[in-house]
Amino acid sequence: QAYNCLIHFYKRYLQKMAKNTSSNVFRTLDVDQYNEDNYKEDNDSTDPAALGPNDTLITSLLAANKPVEALTHLLSGATLGIKDQAARTASLTLAMRVLMAIKVSQIDDAVAQLDNESRDVLMKFIYRGFEVPNEGSSAHLLVWHEKVFTVAGVGSIVRVLTDKKRV
Amino acid sequence: MTTVHNFGVSPISCHSWSGDRKSLALSQNSNEVTLFSSSGSDWKQTGLLDQHDLRVTSIDWAPKTNRIVTCSSDRNAYVWVLDDNNVWKKTLVLLRINRAATCVRWSPEENKFAVGSGAKIISICYHEKEFDGWVSKHIKKPMQSTVTSIDWHPNNILIAAGSTDFKVRVFSSFVKDVEARPSPTEWGSKMPMGYLMKEFSNSSAGGGWVHAVSFSPDGSKLAWAGHDSSISVADAANDMLVMKLKTNLLPMCSLTWIRPNTIAAAGHNCVPYTFIVESDAVKLGSAMEEDKKKESSGKTSAMDLFKNKDKLGQNELETKLNFTHQKQIAEIRIVGGQKGDVDTFSTCSLDGKIVVWNLKTLAGQMKGLKI
Repeated sequence: QAYNCLIHFYKRYLQKMAKNTSSNVFRTLDVDQYNEDNYKEDNDSTDPAALGPNDTLITSLLAANKPVEALTHLLSGATLGIKDQAARTASLTLAMRVLMAIKVSQIDDAVAQLDNESRDVLMKFIYRGFEVPNEGSSAHLLVWHEKVFTVAGVGSIVRVLTDKKRV
Repeated sequence: MTTVHNFGVSPISCHSWSGDRKSLALSQNSNEVTLFSSSGSDWKQTGLLDQHDLRVTSIDWAPKTNRIVTCSSDRNAYVWVLDDNNVWKKTLVLLRINRAATCVRWSPEENKFAVGSGAKIISICYHEKEFDGWVSKHIKKPMQSTVTSIDWHPNNILIAAGSTDFKVRVFSSFVKDVEARPSPTEWGSKMPMGYLMKEFSNSSAGGGWVHAVSFSPDGSKLAWAGHDSSISVADAANDMLVMKLKTNLLPMCSLTWIRPNTIAAAGHNCVPYTFIVESDAVKLGSAMEEDKKKESSGKTSAMDLFKNKDKLGQNELETKLNFTHQKQIAEIRIVGGQKGDVDTFSTCSLDGKIVVWNLKTLAGQMKGLKI
């Protein structure tokens, strides 16, 4: 009987040890965050209240068949560095609506009346638009891309890649 | 007018001229530095500095004391002095860094030099008499990433450093063993060693490695080139106003001041550009070379295509860039004159050429040149 007791305890011991070695919880701990040498991102001074472009104004302008005005408002609004993913997606959807609403013949004028900052933001939207294509959007975006590139040059494309605050 | 000096097909990663501008030190993307002296229109190799184990990242030739300092990815720097037998003798500098050295520059008075590195440290090196060697002091905080470029303020104390943490910083490198306490400048009055005088972020949009920094000739302004294709100038005399120009071009890798308010910058565009600094803005000047595109009819005929294939052995008609340099420019160096009053400057490129640009003759040739 003493022997059975021993076997029992031994089995329980093995079970415990087996459980311990199969536990991988420690692997989910990110030790790199505790490294002092880590590059720390600048604390964003983005106003958390700025959750994206003015939705209502832009939608009403689109409804009133004034897409170029809508574009100006879209690009001068707070579109960069939005933290909330849902807000970011909504911003992109709105931007695509505006870009699609502007006819090819209107694009040249639309681009010409923008300032340099706005053109950089526009280029960022164009590339994001390429990432999520839908029914002929890419073809229209390609025209946009060509027109903006003619005015803003390679520099605007470089900034799509290097700017950390994305659209 | 440009003078082209061809050194083969290997990229020239860095170069530096001797004080009398008759000799040139350059490195062709290797662990060696070759010294050339001009004899007529040709270049004769007069020296080989081959002590480094890994790629040489930067060379600086002190004009007055005639000493060369080289630094490399092997975490070392050497100071080379020409002895009586015309042999270059090396002295190892103890940088005490555990990453590659990226850039090195002598101070204006040539009694110190600063080495930037991937260890997020700037080593300020000076000669210790008792030890009879070069010792280094570290500037560490608050750099968060590799130091890519360094430039000295004319007062021999302040240095500007650009980094891949998207920031430009002005530090004091005051070494009390070597120099007297400096008088205040527009950058501040307290200047203990390693003190951060000012820090600038390259972009409010948060990105862009800083490739090159340069103080204006009087030291009151600081210009830098960012990888976001921008040129920025901070004016310390004007309340630290930062003027930024986001260009339509590819990023610049090197820049210097050719006039009190004009910057020459060059980089991935393969041709130098001038930028005019006004009181509250930086404006694009012009390219220093005209696009030498021949009048092409637009569509090339099939006949032309085959003609060229037969004659030149190439499939495409135009693979050559229409500029003197065929690859990106790595470094700009002043040859004739000094910062703010430059007559000629040189550019070294990954195409193996060093081109010397003569501002006077260029201004005569190019009507659109804005200096």
